[in-house]
Amino acid sequence: MAQTQQPTDKTPILSVSGLNLHYGEAQALKEINLDMIRHQVTAFIGPSGCGKSTLLRCFNRMNDLVESARITGSIRFNGAEVNEPSTDVISLRRRIGMVFQQSNPFPKSIYENIVYGLRISGVNDKSTLDEAVERSLKSAAIWNEVKDRLNDSALGLSGGQAQRICIARAIAVNPEIILMDEPCSALDPISTLKIEELIEELKDKYTIVIVTHNMQQAARVSDVTAFFYLGELIEAGATRKIFTNPEKKQTEDYITGRFG
Amino acid sequence: MKKFWKTGEPYVLATGAALAIVLVMTLSLVGVVVSNGLGYFWPKQLVRFELKDGSAALGQIMQHEKNPISGDRRLQLKIANRDVFGQDFRWIDENDIAKRSLPADAMLLERREHGNYFGFLKGVTAEGLNIPAAATPQETLERALKLVSEKNRATLGIKDKMSDLNNRAERLRLKLLKLEYSGKEQNSAAIAELTAEREKAMAEFNALNEQSGAALAEITRISASFEDVTGGAKDIALVEIVAHQRPNSMSFIAKCGAYLERVRELLLDDPRESNTEGGLFPAIFGTVMMVLLMSVFSLPFGVVAAIYLREYARDGLLTRAVRIAVNNLAGVPSIVYGVFGLGFFVYGIGGSIDSLFFPERLPTPTFGTGGILWSSLTLALLTVPVVIVATEESLASIPRGIREGSLALGATKFQTLTKILLPMATPGIMTGLILSMARAAGEVAPLMIVGVVKLAPTLPFDGNFPFFHMDRKFMHLGFHIYDVGFQSPNVEAAKPMVYVTTMLLLAIVIVASSTAIYLRNRMRKRYTTSTF
Repeated sequence: MAQTQQPTDKTPILSVSGLNLHYGEAQALKEINLDMIRHQVTAFIGPSGCGKSTLLRCFNRMNDLVESARITGSIRFNGAEVNEPSTDVISLRRRIGMVFQQSNPFPKSIYENIVYGLRISGVNDKSTLDEAVERSLKSAAIWNEVKDRLNDSALGLSGGQAQRICIARAIAVNPEIILMDEPCSALDPISTLKIEELIEELKDKYTIVIVTHNMQQAARVSDVTAFFYLGELIEAGATRKIFTNPEKKQTEDYITGRFG
Repeated sequence: MKKFWKTGEPYVLATGAALAIVLVMTLSLVGVVVSNGLGYFWPKQLVRFELKDGSAALGQIMQHEKNPISGDRRLQLKIANRDVFGQDFRWIDENDIAKRSLPADAMLLERREHGNYFGFLKGVTAEGLNIPAAATPQETLERALKLVSEKNRATLGIKDKMSDLNNRAERLRLKLLKLEYSGKEQNSAAIAELTAEREKAMAEFNALNEQSGAALAEITRISASFEDVTGGAKDIALVEIVAHQRPNSMSFIAKCGAYLERVRELLLDDPRESNTEGGLFPAIFGTVMMVLLMSVFSLPFGVVAAIYLREYARDGLLTRAVRIAVNNLAGVPSIVYGVFGLGFFVYGIGGSIDSLFFPERLPTPTFGTGGILWSSLTLALLTVPVVIVATEESLASIPRGIREGSLALGATKFQTLTKILLPMATPGIMTGLILSMARAAGEVAPLMIVGVVKLAPTLPFDGNFPFFHMDRKFMHLGFHIYDVGFQSPNVEAAKPMVYVTTMLLLAIVIVASSTAIYLRNRMRKRYTTSTF
């Protein structure tokens, strides 16, 4: 309900207005209005089933895969409407990368995992691919761990490593936004810490939207936090403000652990 | 006691017992087949019996049993010499035996016709054949046989040439017919030319025929005289002798050699004596060829159908109906497929092909009769549901995250399918292929109506253009078992062959399955998902 007013000169890269989403009869998202600013980390928090992941999946049209999903309202990405049949979903997804809750490396070598996005877009030049692998693995802070075994299967990696490979895989195609759907929920604290540090670094180059269950994580990594409850956006604003001085009672209750 | 039942231990025992029963049944089946099949080639001793009534018998002891009427022990003797005694086997009461011995010079001859001959060598008659004198008739026989086989090889070369000429003449005849049908007048020049060419080929053929006939007559005159145990003399032409041995005076190593020679013959030679003797090569070749062809048809077809069902078709009434139909197809009796294949493939498609492309050969059918192509297609229909179900299941078992991961990187659905999903589904698809190959290799009923024959004169693959003859009929091990075991004029003599054929069929299925399983495991290692 709350339209965030960021005190910033930057223009929003993603802008959601009046978004409704129905799964069949059930409404999963209600009148969402939210802007995401370039080179900032936006965190979505809220109890399970509040629609934060659903909203995230609207940005790169992953909800197309769900047959019963019906979306109204507008999502603008760099001013262009995402939610139109004429939108080129393939190029949209190349520009908006995604990292999933469960790390999902393909049953291929580490190298082939990273270059997958490039290969399917027709890049097959060896030097370009090599360069992209090194760049994205370095960006994902995993280069030193895997540089000697790029041709090993990515399935042999630990959970935290696999998740960073997935981040590297998303980075390899040079997206503008990286969507992260609870990227640390299946990881141990040390791997979580590594990913959080990574997010901090990636912020300079990419815009990041992260869904998390972990409020400390949201407080640590994000610049802007949005709190969802039962499909509604309750409050969104600068993270410091949300966590120290929320405007809404529900937000305060959730953050202080009274429910959720 | 109640506690004992609650632990679940009895149920574990029950499942274990069920498994054990299945294993024992399988192993004993394989054991019976293998023990009967492997022993067949071992040179058995020729035992000479002197009976109390003064007569004598020579033969191989097949089995001992109790006479069902008198209750005395008796033994079954293979006496061979079917053309002399009228039968291959006889029973001898053990009470009647006065003396047994193992004559060292007793000989076993394998002949091209009339089965084996057991007897004693008397001498070699070689008119016009200059055989260096040897110390024993045995050695003379060896030398004579060597010469005869050399001469025979030359005649076989002539026969090959004749068959080539015959093929050419046949092609010319068909060409002529085609020209005649399309108009005698305007093609008269070409017709005359072809006729001349054909006559030349025929003349050449006839000349060769006479030549080979003369050569054969010359060889046939060379014979050896034998005497059987009752004293009857017999002259046998040396070309008629396929193999000879004196099992009573053979060393162990010589017996091993004879054994291996028989195995080679089995695997690489053509059958003789209405399939009860000789090799199985055409049947092995036909079975393997047919199964491979079947896989070539059913694998792509099944995989593509499964991909559509699982990945593209909307889950509606129609999809569900198709899926139910596919599952039920797997349960339709195979003979129904055979009848369908005959009606649809052989008469429908084959008949149309004949009238469109080979009208000059009609009414002799080319594709309008059973053949290896139609058999493979019929079996492909039979096994395609297995492939579909296996592919669908392996596609369904790929975690959603993998698909989403690929799509989220900007891959199209088709790219996701070919680069990620299909490689991951390959082990499952291979499982389907293994099952369908095993089933196709063992299927006989439908094949009997769409292309298998008792004896195919030519392989479906040879040196004549177009090399692979899809229209030809072929031999099949499964049908061979039925034919040799139940349709043969001399069932008792054919019994070992049935075991050997069964063993080979089992071996082929096992080899095919093991290869596929090996490939599958290698792929599985590559695509094992550890994180899910």
